[in-house]
Amino acid sequence: MTAAGPLPVTVVGGYLGAGKTTLVNSLLRQANGRRLAIMVNEFGALPIDASLVEAADDRIVSLVGGCVCCSYGEDLVSSLAMLRALEPRPDHVLLEASGVAFPGAIAGTVGLLQGFALDGAVVLADAETVRGRAGDRYLGSTVRRQLSEADLILLNKCDLAGDPDAAEAWLGETAPDARVLRTTRAEAPIDIVLGAWTGRAALPAGGGPFDHTAGYATAALDPPERAEPEALARILADPAHGLLRAKGFMPRPGGGMAAIQTVGSRWAVSDAPSDAPSGLICIGLEAGTDFAALRRAVSDF
Amino acid sequence: MTATIYPAARIVTMNPARPHATHVAVREGRILGAGTLEELAGWGDYRLDGRFADKVLMPGLVEGHSHVMEGSLWAYVYCGFFDRMDPEGRVWAGLKSIDAVVERLAEAAGALEDPASPLAGWSLDAIYYGGRRINRHDLDRVSTERAVGVLNASGHILNVNTRALELAGLLRTGVNHPGIPLGADGLPTGEMKGPDAMAPLGVHTGFDRDLLACDEPGLRRFAKLCVRTGVTTAADLANLLPEDAVEMMLRVTGEPDYPARIVSLRRFYGLTPEELIDRALELRGRSRDRLRLGIIKVVADGSIQGFSARLRWPGYYNGAPEGLWYVPPEHLLEIYERALAAGLGVHTHTNGDEATELALDCMESALRKHPAPDHRFTLQHCQLADAAQFRRIRALGLCVNLFPNHHFYWGDQHYAVTVGPERAERMNACATALREGVPLAIHSDAPVTPLGPLFTAWCAVNRRTASGRTLGEQERIGVADALRTITLGAAYTLGLDGEVGSIETGKRADFAVLEDDPETIGGERLKDVRVWGTVQGGRIFRAADLQA
Repeated sequence: MTAAGPLPVTVVGGYLGAGKTTLVNSLLRQANGRRLAIMVNEFGALPIDASLVEAADDRIVSLVGGCVCCSYGEDLVSSLAMLRALEPRPDHVLLEASGVAFPGAIAGTVGLLQGFALDGAVVLADAETVRGRAGDRYLGSTVRRQLSEADLILLNKCDLAGDPDAAEAWLGETAPDARVLRTTRAEAPIDIVLGAWTGRAALPAGGGPFDHTAGYATAALDPPERAEPEALARILADPAHGLLRAKGFMPRPGGGMAAIQTVGSRWAVSDAPSDAPSGLICIGLEAGTDFAALRRAVSDF
Repeated sequence: MTATIYPAARIVTMNPARPHATHVAVREGRILGAGTLEELAGWGDYRLDGRFADKVLMPGLVEGHSHVMEGSLWAYVYCGFFDRMDPEGRVWAGLKSIDAVVERLAEAAGALEDPASPLAGWSLDAIYYGGRRINRHDLDRVSTERAVGVLNASGHILNVNTRALELAGLLRTGVNHPGIPLGADGLPTGEMKGPDAMAPLGVHTGFDRDLLACDEPGLRRFAKLCVRTGVTTAADLANLLPEDAVEMMLRVTGEPDYPARIVSLRRFYGLTPEELIDRALELRGRSRDRLRLGIIKVVADGSIQGFSARLRWPGYYNGAPEGLWYVPPEHLLEIYERALAAGLGVHTHTNGDEATELALDCMESALRKHPAPDHRFTLQHCQLADAAQFRRIRALGLCVNLFPNHHFYWGDQHYAVTVGPERAERMNACATALREGVPLAIHSDAPVTPLGPLFTAWCAVNRRTASGRTLGEQERIGVADALRTITLGAAYTLGLDGEVGSIETGKRADFAVLEDDPETIGGERLKDVRVWGTVQGGRIFRAADLQA
């Protein structure tokens, strides 16, 4: 991905109190040199921990590590354009939706904009309260639709009272297309939430950065020769395999390199620089990803 | 100090103790009294001013729900189906065909010097053109070089030409968005439906954020429309009121010849409920006679014709999915509680009956915590409330500001598509509201429909749709009720009924000066009452004398 390429945008949704702000702060702490741009909608009060704030001017708040935060208010499109014009340009935009917004609608708008690439929609759900909210007379349909539009659901507050297993089973019915990740205090690896684990063009060496991370499993795959990247991406996104994310490069049968990205059931294929190294990294949960079946599906391709 | 006494052909006072008078006396911008010359002469020195001797005076009309953006939109090309008067008094003929729309836009394009500058139009209503959708090829006949964008009357669709799609990078195949229909060629047709699809085009077609802000020329143009429609007090119902806008509005409305009183509500956006209350209190303290600040506006749901209003079961007649919440219920409750505690007013936009129900639940809970007599909280639009909801509204001390103009402009669509015959006939139930004792106002929501309380009153009296159907005979109200509603009724919702809304001793000298008598012209012709101008705070504004 070159600096002039489309700017990736991840939409973060979920009802009030599900942990959107906690997630944003957690991702900022994990940014590790990536310049994240946070866009917030809901409040005048800055939803960023004071320890992460460096300076604030009219429209943009500077955060540690070259990250920034701004409010998009009424005008999502021009706010995104403003972020894209920043020097240096942010590496990734994290767009926090309001508590009653539909992430799919925002993702739809982002998908229309030149110069931006929709990375995916991540929706938080409070393990303790989500089923109650989903049955609420006023909010129920809103909460259920938010979840059904997610690529990744972070089932949050799994440490509190409640029944995460039952909540996860319920999510499986409510949001069958989404992958579910259990979290506590919205702590999730930035590479999974944002799909940005290389930061730049190169793939991580070895098995990727997750071998040490309890609960996550990764696999490196060699793309089959003469495969169409779009067809391979569909396999990687197939819910049967349960992958959280996949990313990498492969040659197109007709020449040139293609970049593949998946998050949950969403996939995207774009042109990649000709010197991009061929290879795919897949991330899933140890307990929910059938890597063997995935390898078979890819090698049978 | 010398008073001025105006004899008039008839003075309709809205004061039930003396509903009519022959003379009104004015001093220091306020009303000394209405009565006979002999009665008024008792106030001392006076000068008799006969200029209204053949006119009918009413209390200055009060528009309880409009937006000063109506003034801003006239910077763009009017493309509506119905005749509409602009701030300079020119009536733009309604455009009865797509060709006529193209022709008017092409004429405006021809007057632009810069070939690259965009051309924006507004108030297009494609539903009147025989079912044919307007596409980019239609607007390409206006220009292929400049971007052309025309906003639909509902505000929910933007039609653009090919150049605009090119500039936005959307003239390509593979666009997959529910709000962007594709043609047989796989390219977008140029119809952008819904805010999500419209957003990428706005900046290229000349609709930008400045349109939503209150701009100075727009505020001046809005006031001229007030004079031409007999309005002396108008609510600007959803302003974000950034500091520069507040300063500009204070300055402009404070000019000696600014002819209207603007009540500008701070919309809940971009602040926490707590910050909102602080800001509203601060704004309230900066109010001047002609710029009243401090009331809060909250938008609970979307619009019926945009299918974004929240409806109770069984939902939309055509099966469209339930609409959108624009505010989390917790925030609505918190705002109500904090506003009641602080003594601030809140007006809540609730189009669908589920949104109304939520507002009622929140109000009931908030009032239990902070009992507050005379809070004047108002439900705005409240179009689908049923009789049971009106009884709760009354019990909770709420006011409603209903939207009869909808019957005329979209009533046929509501009947056939959005809510179906039964609810269409009871929507904007003015008669039920009055019968249940709910304080009632009615509004235009300009620029959604044209500013003009006498037209709005006609809509409430006749409930006539554009096709001529009477939409709910039993919800029609009488002329006297309608006239009271567009004066004292609206003033009450704004907390101004002690100052304006009737012609009686002590009130502001605000009059609508009319050529015809609305009490005797007949309900059928209420919209045809000719407006000479206004008197506002004792200052005389003749519509024909307004400077361009």
